[in-house]
Amino acid sequence: MTREAVISVQNLMKTFGSFHAVNDISFEVYRGEIFGFLGANGAGKTTAMKMLTGLWKPTSGQATVAGHDVFTQAEKVKRSIGYMSQRFSLYADLSVKENIELFGGIYGLSTRHIREKRTELLSRLELTSSENELISALPLGWKQKLAFSVAMLHDPQIVFLDEPTGGVDPITRRQFWDLIYEAADMGKTIFVTTHYMDEAEYCDRISMMVSGKITALGTPDDLKRQFEAKDMDEVFIKVARHTQPIAQ
Amino acid sequence: MKRFAAFVTKEFYHILRDKRTLVILIGMPTVMIMLFGFAITNELKEARVAFLDHSNDPQTLAIQEKILASPYFSLSGQISTPAEIEDIFRDGQTKLVVIFENDFGQRLEKDGRANIQLIADATDPNTASTVVNYAQAIILDYARDLPPQQSPPLISVLSQMRYNPELNGVYYFVPGLIAILLMLVSAMMTSISIAREKETGTMEVLLASPMKPAQIILAKVVPYVLLSFLDAMLILTLGKFVFGVPILGSLALLLGVTLLFILLALSLGILISTVSPNQQTALLLSLMGLMLPTILLSGFIFPIENMPWPLQVISNVIPARWFIIVVKSIMLKGSGFFLLWKEILIMFGFILFFIAVSVRKFKIRLE
Amino acid sequence: MRVILFLIRKEFLQIFRNKSILPLILVMPVIQLFILSYAADFEIRNVRIFWMDDDQSTSSRMLLQKIQASDYFQLVDQSFSPQAADIALEQRKTDLVIHIPSEFENNLFREGHSDIQLTADAIDGTKAGLGTYYANLLIQDFSRDWLAKYGSAIHVQAAATQSIVPTYSFWYNQHLNYKTFMVPGILVMLVTMIGAFISAMNIVREKEMGTIEQLNVTPIRKYQFIAGKLIPLWILGLFIFTIGLMVAKLAFHVPIIGSLFLIYGFTAIYLIMILGLGMLISTFTNTQQQAMFISWFFLVIFILMSGLFTPIENMPPWAQNLTLINPIRYFIEVIRLVMLKGAIFYDVQTQFVVIGLYAILINALAILNYRKTV
Repeated sequence: MTREAVISVQNLMKTFGSFHAVNDISFEVYRGEIFGFLGANGAGKTTAMKMLTGLWKPTSGQATVAGHDVFTQAEKVKRSIGYMSQRFSLYADLSVKENIELFGGIYGLSTRHIREKRTELLSRLELTSSENELISALPLGWKQKLAFSVAMLHDPQIVFLDEPTGGVDPITRRQFWDLIYEAADMGKTIFVTTHYMDEAEYCDRISMMVSGKITALGTPDDLKRQFEAKDMDEVFIKVARHTQPIAQ
Repeated sequence: MKRFAAFVTKEFYHILRDKRTLVILIGMPTVMIMLFGFAITNELKEARVAFLDHSNDPQTLAIQEKILASPYFSLSGQISTPAEIEDIFRDGQTKLVVIFENDFGQRLEKDGRANIQLIADATDPNTASTVVNYAQAIILDYARDLPPQQSPPLISVLSQMRYNPELNGVYYFVPGLIAILLMLVSAMMTSISIAREKETGTMEVLLASPMKPAQIILAKVVPYVLLSFLDAMLILTLGKFVFGVPILGSLALLLGVTLLFILLALSLGILISTVSPNQQTALLLSLMGLMLPTILLSGFIFPIENMPWPLQVISNVIPARWFIIVVKSIMLKGSGFFLLWKEILIMFGFILFFIAVSVRKFKIRLE
Repeated sequence: MRVILFLIRKEFLQIFRNKSILPLILVMPVIQLFILSYAADFEIRNVRIFWMDDDQSTSSRMLLQKIQASDYFQLVDQSFSPQAADIALEQRKTDLVIHIPSEFENNLFREGHSDIQLTADAIDGTKAGLGTYYANLLIQDFSRDWLAKYGSAIHVQAAATQSIVPTYSFWYNQHLNYKTFMVPGILVMLVTMIGAFISAMNIVREKEMGTIEQLNVTPIRKYQFIAGKLIPLWILGLFIFTIGLMVAKLAFHVPIIGSLFLIYGFTAIYLIMILGLGMLISTFTNTQQQAMFISWFFLVIFILMSGLFTPIENMPPWAQNLTLINPIRYFIEVIRLVMLKGAIFYDVQTQFVVIGLYAILINALAILNYRKTV
């Protein structure tokens, strides 16, 4: 099976002063896969993701997302991706319906298209009865599911999720991952960062970041075999321990 | 105590790390006192005057010359018809038109009297009445020197300008400037800084820590106390050495009162932050409810005696009013504590009241 | 264009949903306009007099009566004791002490000359200067009366000298109504402050909340973003200005002699400029506290140097030149010229050009300085 790379990254760096937040990483992400980006807090996951979404300019290296160069074509990149940030960022003082309409409008969807999407999305999330409620009144799990759906509103090829399940209960997390699978089945590429190791098992492939570098990359089974570990937790601990001397 | 010190240090870092704010904290008092000292004044200087003179005789020319020789007037131009008056006023540059009647000199010599008409642009009534007053005085002064010489005036008036012999405007503004800046730094900055912790949720984290709420608030305000005090000193120093504003009374009393007012402003800031759910509300409340009234109703710029009585009543609840009175008296009149204890007591009263209300509000919120 | 409409709708929804801000924006300006207009009064009335009469003669009482009859003066106390006078000055109970020496009347009759001593509390230099000036005028007036009455007794004649009679008239504001002058200026100040603060805080708030990141990752254009912020606030600004103008007209009877169209035309451009200034500040600040502080700093200087409270002509030349770069100065000039003097477009075209250039420059800077990608 020939796989088409929709994200390809070579020697990407982001430096703040003398600190290398992202230090020379290279990898490829293929169409339709769920790519997990794992690492402890501060390992550089979010920085890497902000560069790929065109929010931050990389210091050096090369990266293309959906065929567009992130250095020179950041705005074109933005057209082909969806993004859900770590900080929950729908408008808390707008209602569910108003948020959907706003982001639909920003991505240039027609009014009829927005209406269709809205009806479909709300019924899928079972939120139809709450469409006039303010976002601030929703429970966190619902907010996150909604934010994910809004990020998908304009049918992007690639969706970036930055720690999407932070702070929610296991059941809601499971439901959230069902949404991710659904999207992947429709051919979307999912790029997700997390520090929950059990979530890593849900991904097609994962990369582990420690201190700005990618120290392991492969399918969950590959990694378990490679590090002779029984689960991802153990893989991560071994990876982290292995690289610690380098970090210092 | 150690925890408290650590917390104060954290607040200091917050402020010191923010270079832009710091520059303004130091730059603002400097710029303001320079502006008030050099630029902002109600004293008339070189008001532009135009003449409508069909006589053109030695007398009218002498009067013109005398008017223009004074520091208050400068020439705008000569006009030839009354219709031009409106045109020359239109752009707002010319403040006064002096019209000599025809055959001015002849009439003066033949009839012993001649007429001059002064027309002022009264869009700005203050300037207009001052301009007319000064022009009148100059003309009457000229008339007095006309032959036959008048006897010396019946009554000579000896005026003494006490506390400020040179009528220096800065004297009046320095105490008010201190009040405004302390309000800005102490009340406004603290209220917004506390509201920010509420808005971003860090306040709850702090409240969950073993520190008492009072300690948290105290730690937040300590750096602002120091900064405010620094600003007050800066103004006093600049006032004294650049503009020669004296400090006749006791420096210790002056600093003590300043500290008292800083506490007052802080308690007000805390009160605002307890009633505001977010920074924007805190900001608008401090701005509209605090800064503007302080500037306008405290006697800083506008004399309280001129205000209609409802505003005079309101000005009693503007804390800065009392502070300004005390500072002016200490600095410029050298008054001691015994003349000022009433005002100082009122300031104490404000502090107690604001703290009591804040504590009450705070408790309600926690329950 | 459609994107901008969606953003405008969002802003309006947010503004109208914010229950704590809306009343502040709409009601405060009206209250402020009332309070400020009454407070901002430099006119010197009611100079408080402390009367020290060591003579107690017919002549001194004649002067006292004259003082009491005057609108400018208000007698607060009298005493023979210099200490009492000093204390009254120190405790701010009086503005001016008038001291009539003993032998005042006798000296007038015997020598045709006498002295009066004035002592003013000169901390407020303007008030002291004008107070003594008024007192001087009143004493001159008294001299004339006195000579008319007793002049023959001392053989000093009010000789038939040559005299010049200055008469005066005040144009545009016959009764020297100070509010007519101040209200339009205060309206400018309020619109300026609200405009700059609201726009500066608005974007910084999105930064703090993190919502701006969600916008930055969309293909939205920078000008769309700025326009989406600017237009709702612009409409709000015009609305506030209209309320203020109505208060000025209905409550303070400020005349609107010139064209309303001209005033609105200028306000519209000015608002774009001042909102752009707020946006510009918001692009290089990260917290609302910073944004507020920086806006406050510039606004205070701009307002003080705008000619609102003290005439620009009184400033030294360097300061006058500085005011040329102050946008508020131009609005204050225009609103006074048009409302009070009926200036036409020709008279204020310079101001239009300057503010227009400012609006373009500042908004261009704001758009350039706004970074979607950092």
